[in-house]
Amino acid sequence: MTLEYLQNYWWLLISVLGGILVFLLFVQGGQSMIYGLGRTPGRRDMIIDAMGSKWELTFTTLVTFGGAFFASFPLYYSTCFGGAYWLWILVLFSFVLQAVSYEYRRKKGNVYGTRTYDAFLFFNGSIGVILLGEAVAMYFFGGEFTVNRGNLLQAGSPVISQWAPSHGFEAIFNWRNFTLGLAVLFLARMQASLYMMNRLGHTGDDSTFAALKRAALINGGVFVVLFLAFLAILFTYTGYDVVSEDGHTVSVTKATCKYFTNMTRDWWELVTLLFGVVAVLYGLLRSVLAKRFTAGVWFTGIGTFLAVIALFWAAGYGDTAFLPSLTDPMSSLTIRNSSSSLFTLKAMSYASIFIPFVLAYIFYVWRQMDRKH
Amino acid sequence: MENLSTVVDWSRLQFAMTAIYHWLFVPLTLGLSVIVAIMESAYLRTKSENWLKATKFWMTLFGINFAIGVATGLILEFEFGTNWSNYSWFVGDIFGAPLAIEGIVAFFMEATFGAVMFFGWNKVSPRFHLASTWLTAIGASISALWILVANAWMQYPVGMEFDPAQMRNVMTDFWALFSGIAVNKFFHAVFSGWALAGVFVIGVSCYMLWRRRNRDFAVNSIKVGAWFGLVGLLLTMYTGDGSAVQVARHQPMKLAAMEGLYHGHKGQSITAVAWLNPDKEWNNDQDEYLFDVSIPYGLSILANHDADSFVPGITDIVEGFSINAEGDTINTVSYAERIERGKLAQKALADYDAARKAGDTAAMQAADTVLKANYPYFGYAYFKDVNEAIPPVGLTFTMFRVMVILGSYFLLFYAVTLLLVYRRNLIDRSRWFYIVAMASVPFMWLCSEAGWAVAEVGRQPWTIQDLLPTVAAISDIPASSVVLTFWMFAAVFTLLLVAEVSIMCRYIDRRSKEELYTPQNA
Repeated sequence: MTLEYLQNYWWLLISVLGGILVFLLFVQGGQSMIYGLGRTPGRRDMIIDAMGSKWELTFTTLVTFGGAFFASFPLYYSTCFGGAYWLWILVLFSFVLQAVSYEYRRKKGNVYGTRTYDAFLFFNGSIGVILLGEAVAMYFFGGEFTVNRGNLLQAGSPVISQWAPSHGFEAIFNWRNFTLGLAVLFLARMQASLYMMNRLGHTGDDSTFAALKRAALINGGVFVVLFLAFLAILFTYTGYDVVSEDGHTVSVTKATCKYFTNMTRDWWELVTLLFGVVAVLYGLLRSVLAKRFTAGVWFTGIGTFLAVIALFWAAGYGDTAFLPSLTDPMSSLTIRNSSSSLFTLKAMSYASIFIPFVLAYIFYVWRQMDRKH
Repeated sequence: MENLSTVVDWSRLQFAMTAIYHWLFVPLTLGLSVIVAIMESAYLRTKSENWLKATKFWMTLFGINFAIGVATGLILEFEFGTNWSNYSWFVGDIFGAPLAIEGIVAFFMEATFGAVMFFGWNKVSPRFHLASTWLTAIGASISALWILVANAWMQYPVGMEFDPAQMRNVMTDFWALFSGIAVNKFFHAVFSGWALAGVFVIGVSCYMLWRRRNRDFAVNSIKVGAWFGLVGLLLTMYTGDGSAVQVARHQPMKLAAMEGLYHGHKGQSITAVAWLNPDKEWNNDQDEYLFDVSIPYGLSILANHDADSFVPGITDIVEGFSINAEGDTINTVSYAERIERGKLAQKALADYDAARKAGDTAAMQAADTVLKANYPYFGYAYFKDVNEAIPPVGLTFTMFRVMVILGSYFLLFYAVTLLLVYRRNLIDRSRWFYIVAMASVPFMWLCSEAGWAVAEVGRQPWTIQDLLPTVAAISDIPASSVVLTFWMFAAVFTLLLVAEVSIMCRYIDRRSKEELYTPQNA
């Protein structure tokens, strides 16, 4: 196994974790609906019941996504988390609030009242998701930073990476990033609606089913528009062609329509994206048009997963910077210059053998817990 | 960088605060998860409703605690990136692996089967439910294993080498991460969680006895908690003894700080009670203590299991005296020389980098040779003088005594508890003990936190022992941002802690009024 092969493999795993994470954000999508769909106590309880037994999966996937990034591409972990400080801190803050809310919201003695915990869930479900989408958008649209490993030897100022003074706020208020952030939010809301339709099944309350169907249509429609806008921005965006040697960047040149070129050159990326988009549209349309179709979430879920991994591939493969530097293009991070060593990637690859087993037992438990009794 | 020391101080404060809060919840998770699993096993074996009620009672308390532990744990993981970005690059090749494996192998197990444990009573078979409860407990311990492997590696960095081309350390031996220190640290931390959970169960049960409610439920729970906690405490003490030996061998400065010892001797005594002299410095002639009561040979026995062995003090270590693995006194490198050699290592690295960029392989090799010879002292180059390389003695000394004194108290506490519950129902006539048990609960947490304070404050000023001090491990962020996020997290953790304690108290009080034990089913 060569270093290059393992770098590709680990970017693939990061893509897979990213795809699963975006799918599981339906939990957050549901939380963002508690003041709309969940206006009535009964429907709010339905949302909380549906999401309450799944939130830990999303949370755990986020933790693992972070851990896997740390282990496989530590320069990204070092540069982006310490650089876009406020973006990440706000994401984390929202997830802290979420972690306790399901458990505490209805408990007696929770001090701040159910409404406060519901507000926490809403904050995580809306702002947290937008920010997470914006963080992912930086894989394409970059950040304002420089990396100089030699700084390590400057006793008075030893930090190897410097970021724009706004430390993440510039990424939050970047309109391109925001477009993807919003798209992810409406995707999550659409998935949440479809997931709850699935839980309601063929015999559940008709009016609730109709309300969910309406929510799926509206959120799905907004998502489709936003996603198409994002794709238009992405495919016309000028990125970087980066040449690396022994983990060091040798040259960086601007490349017009970089991501569209990536996808058409590496055709499997485009095919995967198209499959994903078709699956999402099929799941959405059939759920909306059929009288009572409950399996839509599986189509949109698989479609989301495929579309996300295709976008990750376009961001990371093919001499592409997955964190382009807008300040100093030579500082841009690629899977070649930011990865762990051959030894570590190899050791981690043995650990990754566990992933299918983990997915298998999660799937088994999911089925057991959602079984009708 | 502006205000480097302010950023470092607030970043340290933020990490310490997060870790302190996290450790309020984790040991209870580690211990209570096993207690719940034991009780559910008893239920499945006996089919007694009393065990089922006990399982559900303690499981609910476990769940209340678990959620907030998860929340604080997330922040800890990501703070390595947000606040310690240099650290994340310098050792990310080694340190990231245990964190990722924790997520893949342990955290998913905990989360997935935890969901079955909490929500699956009527959805899965009783056997599958019990398996899920055990897997949640096992997942929590495996999770702790990987985190403690990572932490132990920071105390004793092994299995790696420095890659000058990348300016970072790279892993060379994965299994070396499971050093004796890591294994010992894992068991010490997990068993301390058992000891803590035992005290918690006894304290809560004594509240019921004090309010004259659910006597049989409380006594049964006390029996489980006391035996479980006693085993945990004894094993914590045993592994703590192992920790002391390893600290003496690999982090002698930490041990010296724990004892406030500046000039060591053969057959070194240990102070049982002492008042440190605040004016004492490593290089003045003042006395170490204003007042002390010492146990002869105590520190030599603790550090080396040999009453006649030499234990170096802070001044000895700074000046270059230490001991070898056989316990013989030898000359080692003084701190002044370490700083000089650290600077040589950093100069060689700069030379290597310049030669690499120029494509001069001969110069690269020459620089690499100097670098390798001096790399063990790489981190010392960041210090202006040796004073910066000495940990905070007062805090380390005090926390060590808090841990040991409270640990000893809890040994007595468990002995008394077992005596009262097994000897002629003495527990029913010992209302004084109910008060003592309830009052003891927060002190168990203090004991546990003090142990971590010894380990982490005693390691200062290093993030990675001898290689990377905190001052060189941070992110380039404004001090004002870190101050703000410190207060943000301090506020939210405190508010959530208040909610957690309040929910627990209300739950305990409310449920204790209900019938939790049916005699005919016992």
